[in-house]
Amino acid sequence: MLKKTPLHATHQKLGARLVEFGGWEMPLYYSSILEEHRAVRTAAGIFDISHMGEIDARGPRALEFVNFVLTNDARKLAAGQGQYTLMCNEHGGTIDDLYLYRIDAEEYLMVVNAARIGADFAWLERQRAAFPGRNGVELENRSDELAAVAVQGPKAAGFIDHVFQPGAQMAASLQKNEVVRLSFAGRIAFVSRTGYTGEDGFEIVAPADCIEAVWNKLFDAGKSSGLKPAGLGARDTLRTEAGYPLYGHELDEDISPLEAGVGFFVSLSKGEFIGRAALVQQKAAGTSRKLVGFKMEERSAPPRPGYPIWSASGGKTPMGRVTSGTQSPSLGIGIGLGFVAPEFSPANTAIGIEVRGKQLPAKVATRPIYRRS
Amino acid sequence: MSVNVPPDLKYTKSHEWLRTDGAVATIGITDHAQHELTDVVFVELPAMGRSLKAGESCAVVESVKTASDIYSPVSGEVVEVNGELTGHPDLVNTEPYVSGWFFKIRLSQPAELDRLMSAEDYTKQIAP
Repeated sequence: MLKKTPLHATHQKLGARLVEFGGWEMPLYYSSILEEHRAVRTAAGIFDISHMGEIDARGPRALEFVNFVLTNDARKLAAGQGQYTLMCNEHGGTIDDLYLYRIDAEEYLMVVNAARIGADFAWLERQRAAFPGRNGVELENRSDELAAVAVQGPKAAGFIDHVFQPGAQMAASLQKNEVVRLSFAGRIAFVSRTGYTGEDGFEIVAPADCIEAVWNKLFDAGKSSGLKPAGLGARDTLRTEAGYPLYGHELDEDISPLEAGVGFFVSLSKGEFIGRAALVQQKAAGTSRKLVGFKMEERSAPPRPGYPIWSASGGKTPMGRVTSGTQSPSLGIGIGLGFVAPEFSPANTAIGIEVRGKQLPAKVATRPIYRRS
Repeated sequence: MSVNVPPDLKYTKSHEWLRTDGAVATIGITDHAQHELTDVVFVELPAMGRSLKAGESCAVVESVKTASDIYSPVSGEVVEVNGELTGHPDLVNTEPYVSGWFFKIRLSQPAELDRLMSAEDYTKQIAP
């Protein structure tokens, strides 16, 4: 039985095409993936991200704990700030990639991938049990009681403040990665200036029973700015253009953040954390594969996950595989992400993508693969 | 969403449509199929002059989300392909029965037409 978000009926009313994703029934698109993609790049789109998980870490030792289980340096966060970070196992493989917010001095909120909620929480509980300061940190899986929407696009900042009760700080004045607690119909919502589309925008975490009202109010506030409901199809083409990894594609328990090109979010100098020893070693020795973005050289069938990646000169075996691929709606050409041998990772290196038995020319692209100028 | 199934065409289980004009048949994919595929971004068409058997995989349609094979509903020789689709694959979405056609085939086994589905039967097949 697929899980449904509190916005399920809303999606049905809007005529969404629903599909399975990570155990959830989610909208793939409402009108068309391309239209929704363009709305986000030129105006704004609203996404249901209620399937994502929320885990709280609270207490006097919470900072020490999250800094030990996550790769980025959580000490850099003041209250009201967030950061992209990863959770690794002892081998440096990735258990999940997530956003960590410092809500208050002793309260942290982790927003994790839908399909990983169970694995993450079990891992965190185990680590807490072994943590010397375990009595000073409390974990709570709030994924069922909280829901979330993302509003993304250059016009989003223009209407976001019409939705929440005026307060000392409003959403549109947030800097990138900042988070604020706002009031909505007497309830508390966390609004952050974050997203996963490569555009400016906001993510709103609110109690599940009022997320429909939040959605409706955003929908009305953004209508005249060209806001459209957008599904997972557009979310995927947008994040692929931005070159962002998606758990299960570019990251998993056998892929390290260094291999996936998100080493920027790994602080090897912050002190001990789970996976550090393995990652230090990987960094010193160099990884045997690297994730790259690439662009097809000519119009072709779009690259798809699993397609072999060859060196431009051929060879006997492919050097890696495509992990994400699509036709870029913004560029009108096939783009993707995939693993290559390190010597093929510099920008503009010629590679070949095997599309149904035919090797087609492509070039390694810097990430983001597409950025709106 | 209401799906268009023109009454004068013949259909296959795999969602191709066929329109006959004498010994030549035009083939495309149905409105239901384009709706399921979502935004079409690339179409690979059969080579001109290729001789096809009924049920043979002969073209590929790629949407943003997925790739699907297209099967020839009948046997015969490919006599024309829709070159417009190379530059405008979205015609498959916007006009699946008109400018979004894929290829034309000269029938070698006209009796095969009787094995195809009527609009009524196809409508039943795709009913939710």
